[in-house]
Amino acid sequence: PPAHSRNDWIGPPDKHSNLRPVIFYVPPEESPLERRLREARQEAQACNQHFWERHNRAFRQEKEEFIYSRLKAKGMEMRDETGQKATLNAEEMADFYKDFLRKNFRKHMQYNRDWYKRNFTITFLMGQVALVRALRWLRWKKKNVGN
Amino acid sequence: GLFVWHLKNAGARQVPCQFVHLCRVANDRLITFQYFNFLKRMYVTQYNKDLSQRAKPKSDSVASPFRELQQLDREKKVIHRIRPASPLHQPLPETLSRNELREMMSAAETEDSIMPVRAEPKEDRQWKEMKLQLDDLPGILARLSKIKLTALVVSTASAGFAMAPVPFDLTCFLLASLGTGLASCAANSINQFFEVPFDSNMNRTKNRPLVRGQISPLLAVCFAASCGVPGIALLTLGVNPLTGALGAFNIFLYTCCYTPMKRMSIANTWVGAVVGAIPPVMGWTAATGSLDAGALLLGGILYSWQFPHFNALSWGLREDYSRGGYCMMSVTHPGLCRRVALRHCLALIGLSVAAPVLDITTWTFPVISLPINLYISYLGFRFYRDADRSSSRKLFFCSLWHLPMLLLVMFTCKKSFLEKEDKGDLLGGNRGRAMEIRLP
Repeated sequence: PPAHSRNDWIGPPDKHSNLRPVIFYVPPEESPLERRLREARQEAQACNQHFWERHNRAFRQEKEEFIYSRLKAKGMEMRDETGQKATLNAEEMADFYKDFLRKNFRKHMQYNRDWYKRNFTITFLMGQVALVRALRWLRWKKKNVGN
Repeated sequence: GLFVWHLKNAGARQVPCQFVHLCRVANDRLITFQYFNFLKRMYVTQYNKDLSQRAKPKSDSVASPFRELQQLDREKKVIHRIRPASPLHQPLPETLSRNELREMMSAAETEDSIMPVRAEPKEDRQWKEMKLQLDDLPGILARLSKIKLTALVVSTASAGFAMAPVPFDLTCFLLASLGTGLASCAANSINQFFEVPFDSNMNRTKNRPLVRGQISPLLAVCFAASCGVPGIALLTLGVNPLTGALGAFNIFLYTCCYTPMKRMSIANTWVGAVVGAIPPVMGWTAATGSLDAGALLLGGILYSWQFPHFNALSWGLREDYSRGGYCMMSVTHPGLCRRVALRHCLALIGLSVAAPVLDITTWTFPVISLPINLYISYLGFRFYRDADRSSSRKLFFCSLWHLPMLLLVMFTCKKSFLEKEDKGDLLGGNRGRAMEIRLP
């Protein structure tokens, strides 16, 4: 993002976590409230990134292992004659999906609680910041009109 | 680039319709376009009706942008093939209206995914300033409120209104529709507000406004409040309190029950079915002011319809649901998923028979609706027995035209309330005369 920009910038989805990273703008005259908001957002971003990166990586890995073990059980190789990766059809993958979901259920529950809390806090802080800014702007306007 | 631009101008609405034509025209060896969007890394090729899934992992190296372009080229070729097919179908009026509806409904499902995949592959890889663009705002809010789904919800509510055995009141109808639409916008916005990281991870939903940072969560919540509060107020004050209460309850059910439950238990599907069933009940109560058997019957029909519709759709999304942590029957209890879908297809037949019993329609309704109900039940049975992608897709697409057709037939077979009023008049007249005698 350009140096002169006064806004946050959001980027393309991360290839592991599928989340879009945000670069936060730090204004020179940042109030404590605004700093709290920014830090909360940064923390949430870091947490989300960490969770999903690990989770997606685990998913991919376990999926490969599952395919490999199933193919071996069927007596097939990982790659066929043309060099393409051999695959399983959707019905065979269904067992894996069911298992994976069950295994990660508690992890998801914890993440959900965490995410909802963070989301509410951040939005509430945003509301506070917006209110403060609006009041400041009104006061500034009144001052200018007075002059 | 130019081609993509042209498509963007032509509007996404055109394409789902044409895509659907392609599905019906080509039988073997068709690359299902929808899957380019639903599952970015996999494509399903149909070789003589045998479907297999091929995992095409995107290589992390420089080759990936090239492959994306390749995908884009392939998509363009698919579009080219689609376009010549459509004029063949234009002259047939029924297919046109059916496909318009189908286009509307499948667009609701696929709009999020179809447009951006073609128009946005390059933009997607750029950094964007997180500043609210005012001229984009209408589009952003439309996507935030899932405007197409909202339109369908409003149309089911108006079906409920139309079926009520009272004289048609235009202002009431418009107020009820507007109120329901606003309530639906609010509920959808809050749903997206809650689900940002999960939406980013699922192919179907990763282009939503909050995921892409086009709008801040604060603004999304304010928008939801500014739709929900006037919407419910309009329903309570402008129509009647019962409808307002139902609207508020539905928003609560959707945002605070269904959305969190999606990640906790498979019971979310049943809750979601109730959410879908309430709008026609709201339409009915808006017209009559009371919860009659007719309202419950219409709600029941929508409730039963949700199951074949959603279960069939979720069958193809199992990977995304599993990875995203969503507890859906299709992942955890596949047998139950198919049984429930079939059960409710059959329930629709039963409900259609109940309609004339409850004096809502004439007896022609179950007779005329029997073919379509039998057809969806047949597809439900095929889905139950075969449990594969093609049967799930057939069932899903059938559900898209089955519902509007059923509601239309129901409306045409509506029991004219004049017949009922005649009977009422006779009694009223007698009573009136009796009263006159008593007065001095």
